[in-house]
Amino acid sequence: MPALLEVRNLKKYFKNPAGTLHAVDDISFDLDSGRTLGVVGESGCGKTTLGRTILHLIDPTSGEMKFDGRNISAPTNKELIRLREEMRIIFQDPYSSLNPRMSVSTAIMEPLQIQGKLSKAEIIEETRSLMDIVGIARRFENAYPHELDGGRRQRVGVARALSLRPKFIVCDEPVSALDVSIQAQIINLMLDLQEERGLAYLFVTHDLSVVKYISDDIMVMYLGNMVEKAPSDELFKSPLHPYTKALLSAIPVPNLRDQTERIIMQGELTSPVNPKPGCRFMARCQYASEECAEPQVLEEHAPDHFVACCKYKALENN
Amino acid sequence: MREVENNQETVLDIRDLIVKYRTTESVVHAVNGINLKVSKGETVGLVGETGAGKTTTARSIMRILQTPPADLCGGEILFHGEDILKKTEAQMRKIRGKQIAMIFQDPMTALNPIEKVGLQIAEAVKLHEKVSQSAAIEKACDMLELVGIPMERYIEYPHQFSGGMKQRVVIAMALACSPELLIADEPTTALDVTIQAQVLQMMQELKNKLGTSVIMITHDLGIVAKSCQSVAVVYAGEIVEYGTAEHIFEHTAHPYTVGLFDSLPQLDSTEKRLKPIKGLMPDPTNLPEGCKFCDRCPEASEECNTQPPEAREITPGHIVKCHHREVSE
Repeated sequence: MPALLEVRNLKKYFKNPAGTLHAVDDISFDLDSGRTLGVVGESGCGKTTLGRTILHLIDPTSGEMKFDGRNISAPTNKELIRLREEMRIIFQDPYSSLNPRMSVSTAIMEPLQIQGKLSKAEIIEETRSLMDIVGIARRFENAYPHELDGGRRQRVGVARALSLRPKFIVCDEPVSALDVSIQAQIINLMLDLQEERGLAYLFVTHDLSVVKYISDDIMVMYLGNMVEKAPSDELFKSPLHPYTKALLSAIPVPNLRDQTERIIMQGELTSPVNPKPGCRFMARCQYASEECAEPQVLEEHAPDHFVACCKYKALENN
Repeated sequence: MREVENNQETVLDIRDLIVKYRTTESVVHAVNGINLKVSKGETVGLVGETGAGKTTTARSIMRILQTPPADLCGGEILFHGEDILKKTEAQMRKIRGKQIAMIFQDPMTALNPIEKVGLQIAEAVKLHEKVSQSAAIEKACDMLELVGIPMERYIEYPHQFSGGMKQRVVIAMALACSPELLIADEPTTALDVTIQAQVLQMMQELKNKLGTSVIMITHDLGIVAKSCQSVAVVYAGEIVEYGTAEHIFEHTAHPYTVGLFDSLPQLDSTEKRLKPIKGLMPDPTNLPEGCKFCDRCPEASEECNTQPPEAREITPGHIVKCHHREVSE
């Protein structure tokens, strides 16, 4: 059975006066129903652009995408309207992603009204059941966003994303603006919904402990490139790319007896404008040598474990 | 190494601090009787969720709360035995930046966008030390080098630096006059984990070198584990649990602290669901009569609803505010 979402060689370049910014460069992956692909990386690595390009919120520069067996690389307006029902997004900041002048119920029913398939009474009923599903009490029906705390606002965001019964949701840092105790509530809600409805998630985040928890597979991005992709447990157990290793070792673990050796990377992200053909992590990599200036090939090291580093085998043996 | 020696000199001693925000409609009880001691060279973590009163406490120490609406209506903050709350504004200006410095949460807004970063650091030096402009700039360049920024960049403006670099500039500015106490208010929250690791490591090195005491305000228990000797857990304007890092991490006592740890996704866990704390933080304009945490607490009893718990030392140095924790013999 083909995957729900197939992405092949997806590229998104932005032209600016300084040159061409390679935000997403040659990304390919498959995502099945009921699965979660986590996308991690530092700010500016292209993870948000990846999510938005898949949804056609911005148009890709090149690449092939298939959704549910249909080619969606360059959809017509009619196809796009259908896609908007099937693919949804939950935004990062529940404080700015809701219209301050729309009450909770108006915000949740808006997609249903635009879709125009249900009668007025059905829409109201559906809105109430969505509120129950995401756990917002009925008394908030007429409340406005400023009356709600961050956790409840994000629940409204989840309800809006769910309202048209999508198959796939891009979750763009959905919990990073929330406190840990509330964050756990929202993550549990998202996992429950996935189980019930067989949703596929593309979960974009910079929080590595959250991503491990929620994802089946994880993709690590660096300056628009996918440097490593593996099943979640495997990535944490045996990371291969030097960048992944450094990234994982940088997580502060809430345990006094944690003995993880820190790899403190020097420097910061270099510019994604007019990048050189070689490995983009080279400038910060302690193992970099001449061969890294050649274009890197994505190799399948173990089943489903891909890595783009010419030195990973040599490093693994050390 | 984490143990703090008892005979260490106390730099800061906060006693029963109460801060309220008075608005036309209501009174927000932001800080409700906080007691906290900071010894020389010690790093104290102040942990809690949004709205717990961490930043209000920090700003009270610096006396940079806007009054009104804020009202520092009770308690004292002793800095080397002298009450900061009784100082005049002129005296405060001598202390701020010189003896107590603060690193703000958001490096993107903490710097003046139309001033060269070198001059911003030099300004702090000139204010507090009787030095010439050129000596102040020299000092600013040294500070930039110290935080890992090449000194040639002192003529650049904040927008020419990345987020991590800006936070380094802010840290350089805070440390320029070698303060005795540094208040770091979520210093790495706006940064990526890799940059966070760099900044935390640098702060640790500088602290060791200069012997600065630090109050580290954060919501990240991982950062606390890495950098703090003592930890105070703040909930609804109160310190509900205080102790050494070992007390908090390995003999966790207060149900709220337990809940905080449980809601974190553990990297080595195979659990399929997280265990969030149910409910929300109480409304600070209308706090419960008894224990502030009782609505969310799995152990709450009748007593908790009506009687506010006292702070009790359950083992030496480990203070907990909970009716259900007994003092061990």
